[in-house]
Amino acid sequence: MSAAEENPLLDEFTRKEYEFGFTTDIDADTLAPGLNEEVIRIISKKKNEPEWMLNWRLEAFSVWQTMEEPEWAHVQYKKPDYQAISYYSAPKSKAPLGSLDEVDPELRATMDKLGISMEEQKRLSGVAVDFVMDSVSVATSFKDKLAELGIIFCSMSEAIQEHPELVKQHLGTVVPVKDNFFSALNAAVFTDGSFCYIPKGARCPMELSTYFRINEAGTGQFERTLVVAEAGSYVSYLEGCTAPQRDENQLHAAVVELIAKDDAEIKYSTVQNWYPGDAEGKGGVFNFVTKRGICEARAKISWTQVETGSAVTWKYPSCILKGDGSVGEFYSVAVTNNAQQADTGTKMIHLGANTHSTIISKGISAGNSQNSYRGLVQIGPRARNARNFSQCDSLLMTDTSGAHTFPYIETKNPTAHVEHEATTSRIGEDQIFYCLQRGLTEEQAIGLIVNGYAKEVLNKLPMEFAVEARKLLAISLEGSVG
Amino acid sequence: MLKIENLHARIGDTEILKGLTLSLGTGEVHAIMGPNGSGKSTLASILAGREDYEVTAGSITFDGVDLLELDATERAVAGIFLAFQYPVEIPGVSNINFLRTALNSIREQREEAPISGKDFLAKVKACAQLVELDGKLRDRSVNEGFSGGEKKRNEVFQMAMLEPRLAVLDETDSGLDIDALRIVSHGVNSMRSADRSFLVITHYQRLLDHIVPDHVHVLAGGRIVHSGGKELALELEEKGYDWIVDAQATEQA
Repeated sequence: MSAAEENPLLDEFTRKEYEFGFTTDIDADTLAPGLNEEVIRIISKKKNEPEWMLNWRLEAFSVWQTMEEPEWAHVQYKKPDYQAISYYSAPKSKAPLGSLDEVDPELRATMDKLGISMEEQKRLSGVAVDFVMDSVSVATSFKDKLAELGIIFCSMSEAIQEHPELVKQHLGTVVPVKDNFFSALNAAVFTDGSFCYIPKGARCPMELSTYFRINEAGTGQFERTLVVAEAGSYVSYLEGCTAPQRDENQLHAAVVELIAKDDAEIKYSTVQNWYPGDAEGKGGVFNFVTKRGICEARAKISWTQVETGSAVTWKYPSCILKGDGSVGEFYSVAVTNNAQQADTGTKMIHLGANTHSTIISKGISAGNSQNSYRGLVQIGPRARNARNFSQCDSLLMTDTSGAHTFPYIETKNPTAHVEHEATTSRIGEDQIFYCLQRGLTEEQAIGLIVNGYAKEVLNKLPMEFAVEARKLLAISLEGSVG
Repeated sequence: MLKIENLHARIGDTEILKGLTLSLGTGEVHAIMGPNGSGKSTLASILAGREDYEVTAGSITFDGVDLLELDATERAVAGIFLAFQYPVEIPGVSNINFLRTALNSIREQREEAPISGKDFLAKVKACAQLVELDGKLRDRSVNEGFSGGEKKRNEVFQMAMLEPRLAVLDETDSGLDIDALRIVSHGVNSMRSADRSFLVITHYQRLLDHIVPDHVHVLAGGRIVHSGGKELALELEEKGYDWIVDAQATEQA
């Protein structure tokens, strides 16, 4: 038996490495599938990164090689072949479509239902627009305004070039390279993401939205986001978009790090509506995200998420409440339908005294999906008078779907107050019939009932986002009661 | 307005309605009384379009339209309202928001413009007064934490808001104390009009002291076995149902 037969992976590895040598020219700007040190060097070089950045990536890669893909989450999927993924692809200059008529009609129908304007639909689906688009001018005037306040909001690549000191000082301090399998992979190969810096005492006057940014570079498969709020500053950051995102990348392993210094506040809202796959879950996105924030004294971090997309979601936006009197919040609505699986929740790590945390999680399971809440509340020995309140509710739309709750509570300080409430309910056919009898359509009925159920979380979203998120919930669950 | 002919219906393998025939004229109030398990609530559910029941024979027409061809929403749009025996709670959805959604959904399907905020609020105020529903209950989540009486008042409040052509009251008197009964009846009575009909389903005669029907029917064993004027209710109160049911049985034998 030859060495290659014995270890096909190794064979592929070496063969692919060879191919790379020929794909670095400008015309063919996509790397052949495979991951090794050389690939990382190429990514770093293409992005013209300083040496410290390259070294950081290489270290991450060597750590990643020693790690194993986690299996503890309540999800089942075929593990991706990490050597079959291409780790670098230049921003796509896809031939723009001639008109909206060429866009996938299903995609358009959803955008119509969400109330997205024609112009916006064109932009989102890559239709050529033959006049200066509103969003461009909006984005520009908005950057000027931020610059006046000293706020930096740019892509991660740009930040590495323009603000290397800030990046170097903070990157990987909240989610260390070694944190987990996916964060190590992300550190090694991330190609872009967002960087946001709010100087001391500044109050960001608008919601910072990736919405403006993301279309410049295309959604990254391995996004890296870093938000730094200096002492006494405030920022509200919106990630994602309610419009459906048909993404051909199956694996997404993003890392988000938030740093809230003394008295700072960061509000981070996410709406995730990636492709969930077909009714069997085939072809959907694997969304394996590490999100974490650290709070210094009296700082506050608030995570709000509405998760309706992806075939498999593995995600626990967390807060390290390091400073005394700091506050962490987590508000989540996770919807799973058809064959979707979600294992999501949060970790509230109370280190400082008088730290408070609130967790409100609303799971909605439809079809044959599985929806799990997994949360850790940890009270450290120094965390006198720490308080936590957790509420985890599950709503079942069908008798073939599952809802699971895995709460972990660890307290090492006797003064802690930890409360946990959980409920599971079944969406009533009685409720739906009651609505129908009053003249609502089934779609309106489900929308109303589900939005009522998720109200506490939706109310935390910025106004404009909340309106779209409400519609999105109804659309995600259309025709799913059984 | 409503014509039910030889209606047979079952749930699972159990036949509940066995040849029910009933006719309701415009502007009339009919009461349906009968022993437990006779099929009263089944009739209400079928009229409203609940899909748990299977109609195996017979017909229902509403203003000449085949009602069985319409789904529950379409029936509401056509002007049928059911006051539920057990009104359902919808957490997190305010009563007001619910009603506005319902009202506008019906208007949209009738190709009418949505009601303006001002008109809607004026209407809410007027209808709430009718059943003495205070502001707190209007703003709270639909039926959540309402007492039994408050739920029934809320049903009549919704009925007043939606102005149906046919209102079916399914044991609206159950669980009401005497004051609530008076309030609910007052609400219903003030909605009586020449172009609106009521089908009042009840187990007890006392409701009919307040809502005086034009006709009273006895439903037993899945059929209307006896019909009469309002005085029939009193007779039933006095003698119970057995004499009619027995007479019916003898007749059949």
